Amino acid sequence: MKPSPSTLANITNALARHRVLSVAIALMILPFVMPYEALAINILVFGLFAMGFNLLFGYMGMLSFGHGAFLGMGGYLTGISMVHFSLPWGVAILIGVLGAALGGLVMGFLAIRTRGIYFSMVTLALGQIIYYIFYKAESLTGGENGLRGVKVEAFSVFGFTVDFLNPVTKYYFIFLFVLAAIWFISRILNSPLGAVMEAIRENEKRAAACGFNVARTKLLVFILSAGICGLAGSLRALHLSIVPIDSLHYLQSGQAVMMSILGGMGTFFGPFIGAAVMLYLEDVITSFTTHWMLVVGLIFMFFVLFFPQGIWGSILHKLPLSKNSK
Amino acid sequence: MSLLPHTTILEARNLTMYFGKFRALNDVSASFTAGSLTAIIGPNGAGKSTFFNLLSGAFPPSGGEIIFNGDNITGQQQYEFPRLGISKSFQITNVFKKLSVHENVRVAAQMEVSRFNFLKNAQSYPDPIAVAEELLRRVNLEKLRDRKAGDLAHGQQRALEIAMALACNPSLLLLDEPTAGMSPEETLVMMDLIRTLATERTVILVEHKMKLIMGLCQRIIVLHHGEFLAEGSPEEIQSNAEVRRVYLGQS
Repeated sequence: MKPSPSTLANITNALARHRVLSVAIALMILPFVMPYEALAINILVFGLFAMGFNLLFGYMGMLSFGHGAFLGMGGYLTGISMVHFSLPWGVAILIGVLGAALGGLVMGFLAIRTRGIYFSMVTLALGQIIYYIFYKAESLTGGENGLRGVKVEAFSVFGFTVDFLNPVTKYYFIFLFVLAAIWFISRILNSPLGAVMEAIRENEKRAAACGFNVARTKLLVFILSAGICGLAGSLRALHLSIVPIDSLHYLQSGQAVMMSILGGMGTFFGPFIGAAVMLYLEDVITSFTTHWMLVVGLIFMFFVLFFPQGIWGSILHKLPLSKNSK
Repeated sequence: MSLLPHTTILEARNLTMYFGKFRALNDVSASFTAGSLTAIIGPNGAGKSTFFNLLSGAFPPSGGEIIFNGDNITGQQQYEFPRLGISKSFQITNVFKKLSVHENVRVAAQMEVSRFNFLKNAQSYPDPIAVAEELLRRVNLEKLRDRKAGDLAHGQQRALEIAMALACNPSLLLLDEPTAGMSPEETLVMMDLIRTLATERTVILVEHKMKLIMGLCQRIIVLHHGEFLAEGSPEEIQSNAEVRRVYLGQS
């Protein structure tokens, strides 16, 4: 039996209203539908990375090409804290997030004076500067070999043993952090600031005439976005137990852009879907050919040309959603 | 809000504006009485828009001062103007197209709760929501509250502009050609609205349509080639030979 349109509308609206809960349920199932857990963890990490990036790109309309720097900084600062200073992982994650947010403050401060393509270029250049700083600081970062030995020892909470050697346990451990961050993003978007962000994306002049300090709002969102991407980097370091130097590379920044557009920029969960689709395709296609980027590139172009709202954006468009429950 | 008669709310002192080497405005002074309704007119290129933009804070003047309620506010940032009580509507419709009609006004009304506030839910602030409802009723858009602003007809977007400009409850309202592109019926409705607004606060408007101004304003300022040409009541302006020559005679 086909559900009536109103039933469907009720269901989708309920899901949209409780979007963090919906996401939580979907992500709890994810490891069972993926071929193996490591891929599911990759999707968690890059999904969060893309969502953090989308805060700036999709909701503020600012196309940064330097967000790989925050993924890398989060990873390296967490890794360095654990490998060189033997700090516990909790503190190390905090350092990774705050460090990336601080990096966001500096990069944002320098970049928000520019607009459009100039903003993209300034963020790209600053991202590359950070890449070379970490690349050259070999004694701390391991240079081109990456930083090895980021190991989370098994520990127990409430009688459960959390051992990273068990991929399922590792997945749900990282899931909790990702879910908290997604909840945080949802809070931001539902707050007064969330509407101001979109207002600035739509019309900067108008937003200023409504009494909003556009430059400061941009900087604030840049910092929040950088911190979330930093968390993604920290979690990736714990997951891989190594921080590869390519985390900082501008190709990672480009990936965030592609994931956001493929999934649906400016939608809440679209970038996560984009990340999941890209990583899944990469995994499936690499078993046939090493040129997986070629196939992903074609799919990407197909969406840009025919479904510019992205996978998730197009689905939302078709659903009988009430206003603004993207 | 009680307005004292004959109090000066806004004063422009010797405003001059250069764009590169081009002098768009040259030494224009004017003062505006609290509670008055003043129109700024002039032929194309007269400097009306430049004057309007200076008064509304879009950019600082190259020379001269702007005094608001006795305070020198020259050089203040655009976003500080609504906080002072000066609000404007744009000549080219500037609404937030992808936001709903209600959100447009709510955002404009939530100035005070928005600063760095990113953890509380916007729905937990009843004031901006109520202000938005009230203003949408005023401009007859309450039935369209959930539509995307970009989907509204031109005249409705202009009305939304006014609602947004009113959202911060300004003591001084600046309107840049509020009836531009409107049908005659829409123009009449807008004129009524402006008339009511002028009983509550000081209004300055830039307008092209002479008929509209003559029936609406107590005072008119005429600019020409970026310079002050004349000011006075509609009757005085209509009978001013100089004004007739440069402006009225054209149409």
